[in-house]
Amino acid sequence: MFAQQVLRPLTRIFPVGGAVKILAVLLLGLAVAGCAGGDKYDVNASGGANAKPGSAQDFAVNVGDRVFFETDSTDLTARAKSTLDLQAQWLARYPNYNFVIEGHADERGTREYNIALGARRASAARAYLIARGINAGRMSTISYGKERPVAVCNDISCWSQNRRAVTTLKGASG
Amino acid sequence: MRHLNRATSHWFSMLRNATLLLAIVLAGFVSTSASAQLQLDITRGNIQALPIAIPSFVGSTGQVDQLSQNVTRVIINDLERSALFRAIDPATYIDQNANPDAMPRFPDWRVLNAQALAVGRIVQEADGRIRAEFRLWDVFGGKQIAGQRFFTQPDNWRRVAHIIADAIYERLTGEKGYFDTRVVFVDETGPKDNRTKRLAIMDQDGASVQYLTSGGDLVLTPRFSPSRQEITYMSYATGKPQVFLLNIDTGQREVVGNFPGMTFAPRFSPDGQRVVMSLQQDGNANIYTMDLRSKRTTRLTNSPSIDTSPSFSPDGSRIVFESDRGGSQQLYVMGGNGGEATRISFGEGSYSTPVWSPRGDLIAFTKRSQGQFLIGVMRTDGSGERTLTSGFHNEGPTWAPNGRVLMFFREPQGGNSGPQLWSIDLTGYNERQVTTPNFASDPAWSPLLN
Repeated sequence: MFAQQVLRPLTRIFPVGGAVKILAVLLLGLAVAGCAGGDKYDVNASGGANAKPGSAQDFAVNVGDRVFFETDSTDLTARAKSTLDLQAQWLARYPNYNFVIEGHADERGTREYNIALGARRASAARAYLIARGINAGRMSTISYGKERPVAVCNDISCWSQNRRAVTTLKGASG
Repeated sequence: MRHLNRATSHWFSMLRNATLLLAIVLAGFVSTSASAQLQLDITRGNIQALPIAIPSFVGSTGQVDQLSQNVTRVIINDLERSALFRAIDPATYIDQNANPDAMPRFPDWRVLNAQALAVGRIVQEADGRIRAEFRLWDVFGGKQIAGQRFFTQPDNWRRVAHIIADAIYERLTGEKGYFDTRVVFVDETGPKDNRTKRLAIMDQDGASVQYLTSGGDLVLTPRFSPSRQEITYMSYATGKPQVFLLNIDTGQREVVGNFPGMTFAPRFSPDGQRVVMSLQQDGNANIYTMDLRSKRTTRLTNSPSIDTSPSFSPDGSRIVFESDRGGSQQLYVMGGNGGEATRISFGEGSYSTPVWSPRGDLIAFTKRSQGQFLIGVMRTDGSGERTLTSGFHNEGPTWAPNGRVLMFFREPQGGNSGPQLWSIDLTGYNERQVTTPNFASDPAWSPLLN
């Protein structure tokens, strides 16, 4: 499904040493490493150092695939903006990825409003990435409202993990 | 199509289900008096329940059988759950063999302080149908005040019971009943972070649960058509969240309209011919209608805000909706075709999910205030706000077709818990859980079926 065969050798030689690393970076630029791979990644299972550059795991662990919002807010915080800056750099480096931005809300709201709130959060992240030069044609948005919490909880610190916009890589285009 | 040129959209008499046959007033016993002395005023809160005697209906042989007993049980359950009636313990009956065809011995019932007496029979006909008959007596007035006969298929025995309960309720309260109705809702199973949601439908008393979708797709906010066996709801079935129509009888599904974005928060217009909903575009949601025949869409709001949860007034002339155009979520009323909107909610907190009462005089809502989620009602100009129930999380009121009872869902605080359905009287009394097989949310009450 993805152009894995191009990237596989690169990621193997990547950690070896200085000279090879330069080669790797060059090759990355040439071969366009649009590979999420077929590999399922698990953010918690391995550290960022082990992530293959240009992989979905690399994106999730070393860049950060999600930004968080204040209660009832769709404004991007300073921290959210810096995460999106990193996302924009990464997405610019690996331009073959298309992606979906999923907007979510916490459970302390009503269902229909939260669907719209999630959409507005996804839209805020999308607009920021476009402003950072990412082609709008690569991205789509979807809102799940309060229907897809990552954290099951009932206190303020926990709800904050659910108020999020998650950039989910779809794989290489073309 | 047969409902198209109905002049007025009357909430109370819309569905004529072909499976139920004609109700015939029992001749010879019918009361000539329209001005019953026996009348229950249900507009006040916490009234004393009216004592009523309902001896088990008899079967074909004149004796109580399983079917007649079941029908009687459902009638009593309907009436008692309304909290307006108290069924007198049959063990105290002096007349243990009340003949449904004979004039009751009223002194036997007066001594029990039974204000009303309902008797009846359920008979198997030769053609396979069942015949149901009942009479309602005013015990102290000493006369029959209602009497009906129905023919139907045996499978419909629960509906027969609900129709009889409605007749008793209507005769004694002067208000239409709400027992012969159904509720569509979202059945929820599995852990909170990976929940399966299915559309389900049941009788208003929680019986006869059937599933309408398989659980493969996320489905939300089902609502009944006022005129057909149809619901509109939001589904992620196509990958793009959209408003759908589902025919309950045939299972046929279709997307409502071809909109350039996510559509959600659907409801039918009172004549059932249009769906009003929100369309999300970038960060904003605006309200649109789509005519189900012509497929024509009309934009009703145009604001850089989240406008959602639209609900028509029963005459179709106005729409209440929620909007954060002023900063926080508040309720607004505009014309049925859009136009200028007037804010009606001014209390402390934010307001959402407004639903216009079928009687037209009130709007029910969810309100968030001081960390609590409550269900309340206000008049359509925003005055007279009143809280019905409050707690950690209450959401999404829906009206019984007579406008006297509301159902909503309640979610407790704590880890992997889930929502349950509850009902409460408009008076704020008689709050009780509606039993469902699993967790349940987003209830929507049907119109009266009969």
